[in-house]
Amino acid sequence: MSALLQTRNLTRRYSGLVAVDSVDMEVHEGEIHALIGPNGAGKTTLFNLISGLTAPSEGSITLAGREVAALPAERRAALGLARTFQNIRVFSAMTVLENVLTGLQPRRRCGLAATLLRTPMFRREERTLVARALVALETVGLAARADEPAGGLSYGDQRRVEIARAIAPEPALLLLDEPAAGMNPAETEALGRLVRRIRDGGTTVLLVEHDMGFVMDISDAVTVLSFGKCICQGTPVEVRSSPEVMEAYLGQKVAARLAQRFAGAQAGRASA
Amino acid sequence: MDLSWLDDFLWTYQNVIHSVGINGLLALSMYVVLAVGQLSLGQAAFMGLGAYSAALMTLKLGWPFWMVLPLSCVVPILFALAIGLPTLRLSGVYLAIATVGLGEVLKALYVNIDYVGGALGLTGIPEATETWMIYGLLALAVLAFWLVARSGIGRAMEAIREDETAARVMGVSCFRYQLGALVVSAMLAGIAGALEAHSTSLISPGEFGFEPEVSILSFALLGGIGTPIGPVVGAFILTLLPELLRGMADLRLVFNGVIIVVAVLFMPEGLVALRLRRRSA
Repeated sequence: MSALLQTRNLTRRYSGLVAVDSVDMEVHEGEIHALIGPNGAGKTTLFNLISGLTAPSEGSITLAGREVAALPAERRAALGLARTFQNIRVFSAMTVLENVLTGLQPRRRCGLAATLLRTPMFRREERTLVARALVALETVGLAARADEPAGGLSYGDQRRVEIARAIAPEPALLLLDEPAAGMNPAETEALGRLVRRIRDGGTTVLLVEHDMGFVMDISDAVTVLSFGKCICQGTPVEVRSSPEVMEAYLGQKVAARLAQRFAGAQAGRASA
Repeated sequence: MDLSWLDDFLWTYQNVIHSVGINGLLALSMYVVLAVGQLSLGQAAFMGLGAYSAALMTLKLGWPFWMVLPLSCVVPILFALAIGLPTLRLSGVYLAIATVGLGEVLKALYVNIDYVGGALGLTGIPEATETWMIYGLLALAVLAFWLVARSGIGRAMEAIREDETAARVMGVSCFRYQLGALVVSAMLAGIAGALEAHSTSLISPGEFGFEPEVSILSFALLGGIGTPIGPVVGAFILTLLPELLRGMADLRLVFNGVIIVVAVLFMPEGLVALRLRRRSA
């Protein structure tokens, strides 16, 4: 099975620091894939490399079989890549609906002439875009607030505006950077349902998240980064029991002691 | 009905009426660049290029004004491309710096080239500009910007102004929009220059330096850039006020400076603090 997103030897160096170190990662179509790792592991840098905001020092990125490492961010968006940001970046002066309409830019075909002349094609396109934007807002549950300025919404709602803006063009791959940050348990649960619904709608999801309960519950596959390196890739169960992952999160000593106690408990259970 | 008083009025105040409209066009040329989150300080320079190239076409080549006026935007557009192509690839204030440089370099060139009249400038340009041309173009430009603002192009422009990074991941090519805006801006300023040259019948290098540039910026800041109407209102007020306060002519620049400071501090959205809806369906 070929991967929707594949990175090979992807590397980004900053003077003296290797933020992302020869990462080989595969995200398959139709999965919810989580990218986890301790703070400073290079998750956001990897997101920036994939979305085109940072240029790689080395390596390749293929999206649906097409090499995109040299393409600027705006071209990758047109190829079906969308993302949200860790620190929310809605256009706060615009209304909620206009934010989502901006997300539909890759779907816009009318040029300057059609815009100035208000041709029937322009009108039709504008109606279609508004309808699609409203569908996206419906999906995240914000359709009723379409005409409010986005800057006036609560933190959680702005996050949902960002997600609506990203899913409106029905991207092939959606990158979510810490979508559950700052959310209470109920909101996180709703977010989980939303992410599943997005995946069921045909969009593959790659997300960075610190909330392990959320990650283990929702993901089909997990990639673990530590100090820029990919140290483990597998199902949530495989990743949870990996000694490398325990070590990366807890440090060598604690991980070793935990492993011992774990082994001891199993031995105890076996003897009993 | 006797309308001779209107004729008298128009004749007496023709210069003021012309410069109000021309400044309106210049304010719009500033607006379109600010609308994509860039600062260009080259509007006066583009205007000068339009004024000089138009005056030369009229005086040296003897071309009729209906040909000269549309062609007056060619040279400014070429300069806008030459400046925009390298600087707009970089983020930050490079465009502002380069355009200030352009204005100063051009001023020095005009002064030192005898063919364009040197420090005295060009005189004896026929007064071919009619009031209806100025206000017709102004109305057309406002309408065009209005239609663009309420469309996907307007949304992309506002997105760039608010957050370039977010706009880029949504597929908006900031470079293309910003270069396009600069070209449109140069076009408007160039045509404004041609109208100006054929209205006052004389042009000199000093008219297109940094001081008029600051005035043009203050039009846009006072009026606000939420709608294309704002900058035009700003231009009207700031062009008419000095006429009403004739005695304070020496303080004109001080006045402009105060307005910029007050506008930035207390009215960041300008006098016309409205925002167009970015949709038309």
